[in-house]
Amino acid sequence: MKSFPKILFFLAAAMMLTLFVFPMWSITLIAPQYPKGVTMYIWINKITGSEEGTLQNINILNHYVGMKYIEPDDFKEFKYFPIVVLAMSALGMILAFTGRWKWWMGWLLLGLVGCALGLYDFYQWEYDYGHNLSPTAPIKVPGMAYQPPLIGNKTLLNFLAKSWPYIGGWFIGGTFILGTIATWLQKRKTVVQ
Amino acid sequence: MKNHSNQLQHFLLGLLAVSVLVLSGCGKTNQGANTGALGGNAASKTYVAPGQLDEFYAFMSGGFSGQVSVYGLPSGRLFKVIPVFAVDGEKGYGFNEETKPLLNTSHGFIPWDDAHHPNLSQTNGETDGRWLFINGNNTPRIARIDLSTFETVETIEIPNSGGNHSSPYLTQNTEYLMAGTRFSVPIPQKDVPISSYAQNFQGALSFISVNKESGEMDVAFQVLMPGIDYDLASCGKNQSHGWAFFTSYNSEQKNSLLEVNASQNDKDFVAAINWKKAEEYIAQGKAKEYPANYMHNVYNESTQTATSTAKKTVKVLNPADCPGLVYLLPTPKSPHGVDVNPTGEYIACSGKLSADITVHSFANMLKAIDNKDFDGEFQGIPVLKFESVLGGVVKEPGLGPLHTEYDNQGNAYTSFFISSEIVKWKVGTWEVLDRVPTYYSIGHLMVPGGNSAKPQGKYVVALNKITKDRYLPTGPELTQSAQLYSIDGSKMELLLDFPTVGEPHYAQGISADRIVPKSKQFFKLSENKHPYMVPSEKETKVVREGNNLHVYMTTIRSHFAPDNIEGVKVGDKVYFHVTNLEQDYDVPHGFAVMGANNGELLIMPGQTETLVWEPKKEGVFPMYCTDFCSALHQEMQGYIRVSAAGSATALKWWLGEEKPVQ
Repeated sequence: MKSFPKILFFLAAAMMLTLFVFPMWSITLIAPQYPKGVTMYIWINKITGSEEGTLQNINILNHYVGMKYIEPDDFKEFKYFPIVVLAMSALGMILAFTGRWKWWMGWLLLGLVGCALGLYDFYQWEYDYGHNLSPTAPIKVPGMAYQPPLIGNKTLLNFLAKSWPYIGGWFIGGTFILGTIATWLQKRKTVVQ
Repeated sequence: MKNHSNQLQHFLLGLLAVSVLVLSGCGKTNQGANTGALGGNAASKTYVAPGQLDEFYAFMSGGFSGQVSVYGLPSGRLFKVIPVFAVDGEKGYGFNEETKPLLNTSHGFIPWDDAHHPNLSQTNGETDGRWLFINGNNTPRIARIDLSTFETVETIEIPNSGGNHSSPYLTQNTEYLMAGTRFSVPIPQKDVPISSYAQNFQGALSFISVNKESGEMDVAFQVLMPGIDYDLASCGKNQSHGWAFFTSYNSEQKNSLLEVNASQNDKDFVAAINWKKAEEYIAQGKAKEYPANYMHNVYNESTQTATSTAKKTVKVLNPADCPGLVYLLPTPKSPHGVDVNPTGEYIACSGKLSADITVHSFANMLKAIDNKDFDGEFQGIPVLKFESVLGGVVKEPGLGPLHTEYDNQGNAYTSFFISSEIVKWKVGTWEVLDRVPTYYSIGHLMVPGGNSAKPQGKYVVALNKITKDRYLPTGPELTQSAQLYSIDGSKMELLLDFPTVGEPHYAQGISADRIVPKSKQFFKLSENKHPYMVPSEKETKVVREGNNLHVYMTTIRSHFAPDNIEGVKVGDKVYFHVTNLEQDYDVPHGFAVMGANNGELLIMPGQTETLVWEPKKEGVFPMYCTDFCSALHQEMQGYIRVSAAGSATALKWWLGEEKPVQ
């Protein structure tokens, strides 16, 4: 473990564990009556809010347009996401010791596929919440769906919805950046030798 | 003809010139009198732009409204009226079951009082933004308002008192609140001729202790004083900490036509009480337990309910048994306000019939006590020599001085009722520095922190009794008013005039940063231990106990659960226990039901409140939310079916779809 690329790759893999400490994504709703915004944080194992009552407050707002209640218990993902992340991180840390850049590249690609699947899953949930509206909703706007953007800002009726990666998400970005640099350095080292 | 017309022209020109001079002169006088109102930058000094916040809170007593109103300074905007001693249908205060006990007294439930002197709690002589205390003058009481919720959370009745006026002035660490009686009365009360005043009447000066953590009050002890009228109070600061000063009038001991009979003696007294000495005497067992009957009412934030406790004794100290406990300081002309300056050395006493302000010196008082510089006794209490305790006199500052507040630069501000002005003078040199008129007839005045050891200065607020032509007329009854003056410069400057709720007597000001961080946004449902709260809609229910029906109801945008109830009978007593399930800032719900003989409920997020409804006739009666809570607020409504007494209508309730009988 004296080589720099190995340490770097190890760090990149370890960085995934920040997902247990920080939310990976945030969705903020802003309206004149909510000058500070109402923010929902998505973790790998739970959904929280900027305040204790945030989820309830978002659900109250959502019910006017017939959106389903967001119940953290509905998300099976929260059961297996932590396992997947732990496994990936552990695998990466083990691979760091081997110093085999091809394996590292494989791990990174696997991670990217995982992230893509995660984002697709996230999109599916957003689509479901935004489109499957109760037929008895008090407020019905023809042709209107309330799907928040996958990433970016979007106006939904009186709310501006902002959906962006949060601290945990940025660290995952860091995992790929550091991992790629480590792999490239390791490849150069190996090829030169 | 020509000459004549020339003469006429000259005459007319002359007339014109004179009238221009007169008019311009008038203009100048007007400007002089209204400097503030017309002065160039007064408006900018009070302008708080939309969306911006004021720098200070002002808490003003409502006087005969029994309430406290909360304003922002310098804007003069009204934020809230806090119900204290008077029921308030708007907030359900005194109408809902939770707050009713706060108005309990030994005379039963009292829906009104006269609230005069708000006082902010202090730590080390500085306002700390924890609590606001205020006296009930008529049926002697003190209330405590929690400044995290801006709600009345405690009231205590003062036994053996005939009017709690010199109250609740407090010590520099809020150890005690003063509660001196305005009217002397027989102690204990008994049926005697009124004309036996001199023989049978006494005045109790009460010291109310305040628990450092909880703020809870207790009548610690009373000092039994001669039968005269005690007016106002002020507590020592720094070196004079440990002493309290009470003004008095009617040393003539008369009981009728006081305006004449109590104005005969050239001097009345300021009573100086050494409360640290009182504590020693109590420790030595010198206090007697007197039978008494008074109520202590405390609102528990956890159960969100107030409870009343009847207290049956009070500790009493008799000055005759306690040498050194009380001294009397002769003070000219029926002194009203007594105000210790921030250093604690000077005690400004306003003889309300005097043209001077008498200022006693605390150091001189101690010296006089040491030297036994006595001028005889009054009812067994040593009277100190006037000349020995005098610290200085502010000579002829105005007419009818009432109250003095201080700034942080060593200046004092005294209100003059009769000459309707505020006079600024220098403590120590007794020199008059400035004066401004008030519109009209100022009573108290207030500088933020101006009665504490650490005034915050910046403004003085005049609290006026009369407004006459200052506002649009509203029939015979006119508003009282507050006027804001800047005291930053060497000259006071009138900045703003604004009407008040009720009659403001005293007021308190405090910089907003001492309160804002502690202000509660809502009550956490998880901490709500109200016995009738329900944490979710699933648990709502209606329970019959004989003729009492308990409705465990919830509110959330935009419905009640349940919103349809059947099986109520004429003669039932229906308790609506409504829990507001919201957990967001500024989402209260209201609850009103047709024919309720009390008021509405106004339930803050996370709170439970109870309204009693006694339906008197059969029918179906609506209920609805009174506070515009959401887009579908108007739909937030329901029905209660009332059947004849003894009818077989089944008890059931639902929300959305009618469910089978439970």
